[in-house]
Amino acid sequence: MRRLFYILPLLLFVIVGAAFYYGFQRDPREIPSVLIDKPVPEFALPPLPGRDKGLASADLKGDVQLVNVFASWCIPCKAEHPIITRLAREGGIPVRAINHKDKPADALAWLKTNGDPYASIGADADGRVSIDWGVYGVPETFLIDRQGRIRYKHVGPLTPDVVQDRILPLVKELRKG
Amino acid sequence: MKALILALATAALIAAGPAAHAVQPEEVLPDPKMEERAREISKELRCLVCQNQSIDDSNAPLARDLRVIVRERLKAGDSNDQVMGYVTDRYGDYVLLKPPFKATTLLLWVGPFVLFAGGAVAVALYLRRRQGPGGTDTAPLTDDERRRLEALLGKDGV
Repeated sequence: MRRLFYILPLLLFVIVGAAFYYGFQRDPREIPSVLIDKPVPEFALPPLPGRDKGLASADLKGDVQLVNVFASWCIPCKAEHPIITRLAREGGIPVRAINHKDKPADALAWLKTNGDPYASIGADADGRVSIDWGVYGVPETFLIDRQGRIRYKHVGPLTPDVVQDRILPLVKELRKG
Repeated sequence: MKALILALATAALIAAGPAAHAVQPEEVLPDPKMEERAREISKELRCLVCQNQSIDDSNAPLARDLRVIVRERLKAGDSNDQVMGYVTDRYGDYVLLKPPFKATTLLLWVGPFVLFAGGAVAVALYLRRRQGPGGTDTAPLTDDERRRLEALLGKDGV
């Protein structure tokens, strides 16, 4: 009993230390999505003007795909764009996009300058569909499985590390099952 | 003097102005009762961009959109809880500035009380032990001890 009393402070220190150690490794800005493992929200977005394919829930069934939320005014989107392009062109993963609160002309010009790897793009002019997806900061990227369920979400620009460590292994696993 | 009056007048104007919040005139609902409810709900919802402001306080575009959605849901006849549910379905409990009471937040809500109870028990045990079983701090002096004490005190002449 006595000895327990002497160990108690040390024990408390270890517990608090562990809580801080793991707590500080997490990014407080990253908000866990409630939509993980749930079907994508019901939606249908029109295409950008002059194009014929928009984006709707039905497009997200059948294959493992990525949905990238981007905007021409979003600087990190430009930073991640080469990574998205490589994933779509060399990685063989269809990437679709939600163009978030953008002017159509700006979006089209942006795609012309930076390249357009997207299988289809839905124009979300008022940002309502993005809200249904729980988007709170562009860019965001969602991984959708064959059944049309959201399996992973990345907030912020994709980095080679995220692609290598998270997305590619998950795609491989989802394609198997 | 002129400067002082000007400064005081400015201060008075600022103080008399409306409390700082981000709701824009065009967002306000015609029905004041419903607007009141909208404000109440907005104050409970966290702005996801700034995170330490409610959507009622925040000027972020997303906060604005959510304020508009809150008002739309109310106009559609939703109850306050239904509106909250609409937002938490998309953004999770994280958007609630007051965390809900449930299994995952049990520690958060009950933790302080458990710690307090634990402390109270520890203090009670400590006090009881210090007092000893007889109720006094120390055993009374034996006759032998008393004699020795008297001898010592007497020797010093105190």
